[in-house]
Amino acid sequence: MLAVRDLAVRFGGVTALESVSFEVRPGSITSVIGPNGAGKTTAFNAITGFLRPTGGRVTYDGAALTGLRPSAIARRGIVRTFQKTSVFPALSVQDNVLTGLHLRGTAGFLAVLAGRRRLTAEERALTAEAIAIIDFVGLSHRRREAASALPYGEQRLVELAVALAARPRVLLLDEPGAGMTGSEKTVVSGLIRQVRERGVTVLLVEHDMRMVMGISDTVIVLNGGRVIAEGAPAAIQAHPEVIRAYLGASAGSA
Amino acid sequence: MTRAGGWLLAAGALTLPLWLQSPYHVHVAIMAGIFGVLAMSLNLLLGYTGQLSLGHAAFFGIGAYTSALLTLKLDWSFWPALAAAVALAGAAGFFIGRLALKLRGAYFVLVTISFAGVISLVSVNWIELTNGPLGLPGVPAPELGPWSLRTKTAYYYLVLAAVGLSYLVCRRLVRSRVGRALVALRENEPLAESVGVDVTHYLVLATVVSAAMAGLGGSLYAHYTRFVSPEVFLFTYTVTMVIMVVAGGKGTLAGPLVGAVLFTVLPEALRAAASWQWQMLAYGVLLVLLVFFLPRGIVPRLGAARPGHPRSEPGSATPRP
Repeated sequence: MLAVRDLAVRFGGVTALESVSFEVRPGSITSVIGPNGAGKTTAFNAITGFLRPTGGRVTYDGAALTGLRPSAIARRGIVRTFQKTSVFPALSVQDNVLTGLHLRGTAGFLAVLAGRRRLTAEERALTAEAIAIIDFVGLSHRRREAASALPYGEQRLVELAVALAARPRVLLLDEPGAGMTGSEKTVVSGLIRQVRERGVTVLLVEHDMRMVMGISDTVIVLNGGRVIAEGAPAAIQAHPEVIRAYLGASAGSA
Repeated sequence: MTRAGGWLLAAGALTLPLWLQSPYHVHVAIMAGIFGVLAMSLNLLLGYTGQLSLGHAAFFGIGAYTSALLTLKLDWSFWPALAAAVALAGAAGFFIGRLALKLRGAYFVLVTISFAGVISLVSVNWIELTNGPLGLPGVPAPELGPWSLRTKTAYYYLVLAAVGLSYLVCRRLVRSRVGRALVALRENEPLAESVGVDVTHYLVLATVVSAAMAGLGGSLYAHYTRFVSPEVFLFTYTVTMVIMVVAGGKGTLAGPLVGAVLFTVLPEALRAAASWQWQMLAYGVLLVLLVFFLPRGIVPRLGAARPGHPRSEPGSATPRP
């Protein structure tokens, strides 16, 4: 289980996260919502090692993640995507995913130089796995194209595929639906559900309330660097403090 | 490069001394080969990890001095001296790689330039060891068993073997999981980290291999010219390597070799054809034209020209703003 305890992040005099605590139940889809500047992405960055928290700690199955490099955290099965589209632009979709499979490979420097025969078998297995992941996100027809040549929505799918390639046990998605059309969002929601069905825990930051309320088991509401509410989507929608802080007038239509 | 084309090139390279008329032409071929090794070495960093080492002449010079000093002062024979040159240059690369751990872009460039500056000053001022600006004459020619590799033709094959070995190392690295990690660092470092690529480990690895390869070039240079002076640290050498890599096509396997041949042969050809004022002018104009019409280099352009072959190699990059 991923647990966040009293997480605090301050940039000089600015407090981005005051004291945030929550737990992500294994096998759940948990969403973090909150107004702009609430600290959602900061929390993601602190959990995945891209930012060193000022205080508090993050643990996964009891082991501390705080202080580890992002790559070491990924090695422990906690993998994130980014709010701004983030792919390996010049590489083909397949090479993007193959790069995402880094941790699944074993080939080291010396083995590569020696040209060991088992490496060919490993490369073949990795390629097959990459193709399967690309199929899963529905980009088979784009496999050989450079990621930068793809339309925006498809680049976000490449990003998801790269993250999935790292075999996450907990997948942190930072606004996977941002800038997508309604039908693209439906596709992404479906993919997220399928990922969960494969046993991956999903932690989601998202602004689209329809998407959040549609797929989440638990919703955590951040405001001003603290958790102001936590619960099932229906309870959150009815929570008076949440309505005041965040949903406001649009609460009825959400 | 198609398989047939590759074999044809290899056959051409192997029989080249038979085709060349004068020792001078063989000399140009040897220099092209040495610069080919250096350009391939720089390309590992610049082309694949995206980090520009503007102090690459330092690794070249360390290789040259190590090999020269060991053979001259300690009477080592060529082969162990060559190995030591490669090892010491690689160790210097490890040092720079660790130093530049968190430095990227302009800061990486500055660290490498400063390193080259310091090493160059050492070579000038540590007179007891390096003989200062006067340099070290009489570096022995290599021997292979009973044969001396003193002749130009013999040396050509030695250099050719080094080129082949360097190419093989680059090729195996680049087309592997290790190479993908290097390219990931160039393409998108945060994303690479997020999927578990230990970016600093791979940057250090690339710097070590690149530096070791430059050291190999340095040793070959020392035993060919038979003379080493602080000139080996000249910034010009680094700039020449950068031009070769960029013109040939950074992030491609064949690019640095094409660049090395072109920019070794071209100045020599110009020397024969024109007075020196015009040589530099022509060189400059050609460079501007190349950058203007082939911004990604010669090799990616050739790859793109072949139908049904959109991308020559996993690493060949489109320039990014």
